[in-house]
Amino acid sequence: MFRNPVLFTVELGAAVMLGVCLAILAGDRSQGSLGYNFVIFLWLLLTLLFANFAEALAEARGKAQAASLRKTREETPAKRLLEDGSVQPCSSNDLRQNDRFLCEAGDLIPADGEIVEGIATIDESAITGESAPVIREAGGDKSSVTGGTKVLSDRIVVRMTTQPGESFLDKMIALVEGASRQKTPNEIALNILLAGFTLVFLIVCITLPSFSRYAGAEITIAALISLFVCLIPTTIGGLLSAIGIAGMDRALRANVIAKSGKAVETAGDLDTLLLDKTGTITIGNRKATRFYPAQHIPEPDFIAVAALSSLADDTPEGKSIIELALKHTTPGREGVPVRVPLPRQAPAELPFPFSEGLRKQPGLHFIPFTAETRSSGLDLPGGSNIRKGAYDTLKAAAEHAGHTVPAEISAATSAIAANGGTPLVVALNKHILGVIELQDIIKPGIRERFERLRKMGVKTVMVTGDNPLTAQYIAQKAGVDDYIAEAKPEDKLEYIRREQEQGKLVAMMGDGTNDAPALAQADVGVAMNSGTAAAKEAGNMVDLDNDPTKLIEVVEIGKQLLMTRGTLTTFSIANDVAKYFAIVPALFSASIPALDALNVMRLDNPESAILSAVIFNALLIPLLIPLALRGVTYRPIGASALLRRNLLVYGLGGMLAPFAGIKIIDLLVSMLV
Amino acid sequence: MQTELYTILFFFMLTVALAYPFGRYIARVYAGERSWLDPVFDPLERFFYRLSGVDAKREMRWQEHMKVMLTINAVWFLWAMFVLTNQGWLPWNPDGNPSMTPGLAFHTAISFVVNCNLQHYSGEAGATYFSQIFALMFLQFVSAGTGMAAGAVVFNAMRQRTTLQLGNFYAYFVKSCTRILLPLSFLAAIVLAAEGVPMNLGGGKDQAPGPEGDTVEVSRGPVAGFVAIKQAGTNGGGYYGANSTHPLENPTILTNMLENFLILIIPMAFVFALGFYLKKKRLAFMIFGVMSAGFLLLLAPALIAEMRGNPHLGQMGISQAAGNMEGKELRLGAGLSALWSISTTATSNGSVNAMHDSFMPLGGAMQLLDMMINSLFGGVGVGFLNFYIFIILATFIGGLMVGRTPELLGKKVEAREMKIAMLVALLHPFLILVGTALAAWMAASGAPVAATWLNNPGAHGFSEMLYEFTSASANNGSGFEGLADNNPFWNISTGLALILSRFLPIVGPVAIAGLLAAKQTVPGSAGTLRSDSATFGALVFCIILIIAALAFLPALALGPIAEHFSF
Repeated sequence: MFRNPVLFTVELGAAVMLGVCLAILAGDRSQGSLGYNFVIFLWLLLTLLFANFAEALAEARGKAQAASLRKTREETPAKRLLEDGSVQPCSSNDLRQNDRFLCEAGDLIPADGEIVEGIATIDESAITGESAPVIREAGGDKSSVTGGTKVLSDRIVVRMTTQPGESFLDKMIALVEGASRQKTPNEIALNILLAGFTLVFLIVCITLPSFSRYAGAEITIAALISLFVCLIPTTIGGLLSAIGIAGMDRALRANVIAKSGKAVETAGDLDTLLLDKTGTITIGNRKATRFYPAQHIPEPDFIAVAALSSLADDTPEGKSIIELALKHTTPGREGVPVRVPLPRQAPAELPFPFSEGLRKQPGLHFIPFTAETRSSGLDLPGGSNIRKGAYDTLKAAAEHAGHTVPAEISAATSAIAANGGTPLVVALNKHILGVIELQDIIKPGIRERFERLRKMGVKTVMVTGDNPLTAQYIAQKAGVDDYIAEAKPEDKLEYIRREQEQGKLVAMMGDGTNDAPALAQADVGVAMNSGTAAAKEAGNMVDLDNDPTKLIEVVEIGKQLLMTRGTLTTFSIANDVAKYFAIVPALFSASIPALDALNVMRLDNPESAILSAVIFNALLIPLLIPLALRGVTYRPIGASALLRRNLLVYGLGGMLAPFAGIKIIDLLVSMLV
Repeated sequence: MQTELYTILFFFMLTVALAYPFGRYIARVYAGERSWLDPVFDPLERFFYRLSGVDAKREMRWQEHMKVMLTINAVWFLWAMFVLTNQGWLPWNPDGNPSMTPGLAFHTAISFVVNCNLQHYSGEAGATYFSQIFALMFLQFVSAGTGMAAGAVVFNAMRQRTTLQLGNFYAYFVKSCTRILLPLSFLAAIVLAAEGVPMNLGGGKDQAPGPEGDTVEVSRGPVAGFVAIKQAGTNGGGYYGANSTHPLENPTILTNMLENFLILIIPMAFVFALGFYLKKKRLAFMIFGVMSAGFLLLLAPALIAEMRGNPHLGQMGISQAAGNMEGKELRLGAGLSALWSISTTATSNGSVNAMHDSFMPLGGAMQLLDMMINSLFGGVGVGFLNFYIFIILATFIGGLMVGRTPELLGKKVEAREMKIAMLVALLHPFLILVGTALAAWMAASGAPVAATWLNNPGAHGFSEMLYEFTSASANNGSGFEGLADNNPFWNISTGLALILSRFLPIVGPVAIAGLLAAKQTVPGSAGTLRSDSATFGALVFCIILIIAALAFLPALALGPIAEHFSF
């Protein structure tokens, strides 16, 4: 009863009506016909049934999901690693926290854990629904694996991080099933409002028999209870818990597991979003976009040298240089050695970069990138060397060797940096030949998404390790409101604290262990499922898709949840206007005929008027279940415009709709009876 | 007819025009800025503060404010009891009126302490010059000051910062009395006296020629001063039993307009004061717009009904050209009486210049609705507090509708605030409906005590009972009359309603404002619901309509509405 005061009073009403029906059977003649009273009783029962149906329907969706999850959690064979290094086959149920177990290609991972050894591709589709396999490896931020997922290749040793029965999957199942669902603060406040309304109408109805007694108009119990049930907000009362469950469910459909309903609600209130640049705002890593050769170097030659410099560079940047070079290499040059003119020196002869087997050619010596040299490259059999790296480093080397650095090179470098790009200088035998421009590729459509967030009143902050100049450029181009450049994990925490001090609600997404403090500090911390156990523990949501743009969806889901509650409350209360005008004249028009003037709907007779109102009231619940489950669509048009819109649709609509609805039902009822 | 309407229109606009600068003045008083009255009152105040050991600079939490408020109200109640039960031998009693009986004194003291001024005595014979000044007029000042001070606490709490310290109750209270109520009443009293309202301390009764050639004795006294604060402080308790229908309390059209102006000026100015105080004029305009819309929507039907006259009398061949003149003063007319009746019920003033019982049923319905809503301008200070509850409810529903946890001026409205707001919102229908139900039950069952209550049978009799409880619960104090209310049932039941409906609706909003003030301020953004928009105003209006007005529809249907349609 305390869970839902509105429905509790309807239950009481139905019980009283049952009593009235029994009294009529026993011979009471003061309450009208048995048929009429019984029909009212039936419709009250239906009202309750519809309300319960709404909740059951919402829960059923969660249960189906839980069942499929549970399948993956069932007992699986495991291979425990003993101290001496031998493998002991056992059941997943026998594993304990900190046990180490072995997983090989084709094995189901028996429990949540952290990879301590090896690298593997893993199929996480059982949890995420995403069929593309993911790579997990020991060390770093992609070391955690989830029980129930499948190893596709390679071999890993995993340390179990949770107690049996407390795994991520177990928690997920509990959440999805609603076992751990608690009322959120906002739900509690709304319940108080609804209980208050119920009490107001209780007072209205309880005092009415006394008034009507004075007026000489005896009111039947059926009429009184009908008036009461119609006035109290049964629509929202019946749909309230369904709305809450559906909200969590919508999050789940977006592959976000909210650890509590409160987290989803809070998401609707967010003021600030902290987003990592890489993967969220830009696509993966930087890409080479343009070559700037020095004046005396023909472009094809420079491109060839640039390609050679990246032959052994397996970083995404290096690969992108090769890609771009391939695109720019004119046909017909294949296999022809490259002759690069050098000032005051014979032209250097270099192999064609894309010839077969070049990488394995003897005498070719690759120099990997190190933090000290800040460059990488290769030494060629002929004694030439090619280096690719930061402008400062290669400029110093060139000047040290007595070569001048062409003016257009330094101009190009600063121009690239100012445009948010990263310049990579290429040198041959310490002569600087040109610059490669690396650019961040901003995700298509991201600007519009940020615009949408801005209209919702949410500020976006880009977090990046880039220098402030580059960061500013990308921030501007992507349309974020602020950025943190050269960000260290503690900078995020600091930023979140500062925002929170101003009373703002902050959300962030993270995956690494060093993100955990910031995730815990944020009001909404979304951990990526691929992230470390610490990160997942610290956040209050887990994103199964590891998609950083998910935060934006989460905000909309939160807003939708609150809006659905608000609009249905408004609708429910606005309905009362018409219901008053249906029932009040019906109560009194027999004894005070003048009051028939209030019967603006011209309803057929008092009994059909009351019955129509009750039927309309009951039918509204199933009619609105789809809306409750789907949620009211959020439109980022500004709060005032949104309020105006919702007031017109659900307020004015809620005031007018029952006039039509009750009239139609009355026509049907009077035709049937 | 036309002239009357133009007069009313002009009057309303003039009052609004004057309320605006007056509101700025009130805001400055509460903000602690210097005013031209400081040289006069500052030394006096300092002297009294030192004498009583009150530190008027110490900041208080909302709980302390309410403790002080309840304590000083209790002291005033005891003081008024003492004066009223001993007025017979106390000085300034030229007419030789007797002391009040304890029962009557109790009722009177309570009624004046709570700013209601329900009167079960007639001032001419039941009170002395001394008790009129030192008990009743004193309470008219301080009860008005109490409401305004509570309003000022809420003003203070609505400033966007996080604090527990909400100013000093004594300071707000004393400033309300000395800087706002006193100068306004002083000026008004001079005009009233100049128009012929008596203002004397000695001399006793005067002689006047009677209607049948004889002479009648006419009571006099410090009437002009009394009437000024009676109107300005939304008190409403008349010096004379007949209130402002009495020719010496309201002799001319000019005094009538001035007194009507005094009813509305502070309640209106208080809304503007909020805007100036918070530097949120748009918020004030929103509130003022909603209140004015409600006021005018109630005034229009009342005006039309009264000025059209009584069709039944018209059928009997009695000219209704002057409107429904039954129970009206000839020198004032139907239109101005309708205007006054809506003003006095809107503001919980309760003074009358016509017999409300004799209004057309529609006019009576509007008066009732006015008091049922009780926040269309409302009583000084407390009208705004009542409206504040509706703002809280609208904020909650509206906030949800735009997809955010509801917040008012940057403060989150949560379960605790909702609990208090709903409690206060429930109280009004509870007191009115349960009280009326009790009375109606007794009248319908033919209880012996109820036999003599009603002057009229049927729907009109029901209206009389409904009006009495509504008036008490709205702390209005006007009577529909026609109800024999000076007996234990009505004294006790309405007395209870008086106390509950005075102090809970003050403590509730102050508590909410205090709780909100202690919360962290959430900075606004494009997604935040603005409480100063016209849309939000429409939402507040609808909530008032559905919660406050529609809850009473069944009761009104059996009273004035049934009467109206049967007419």
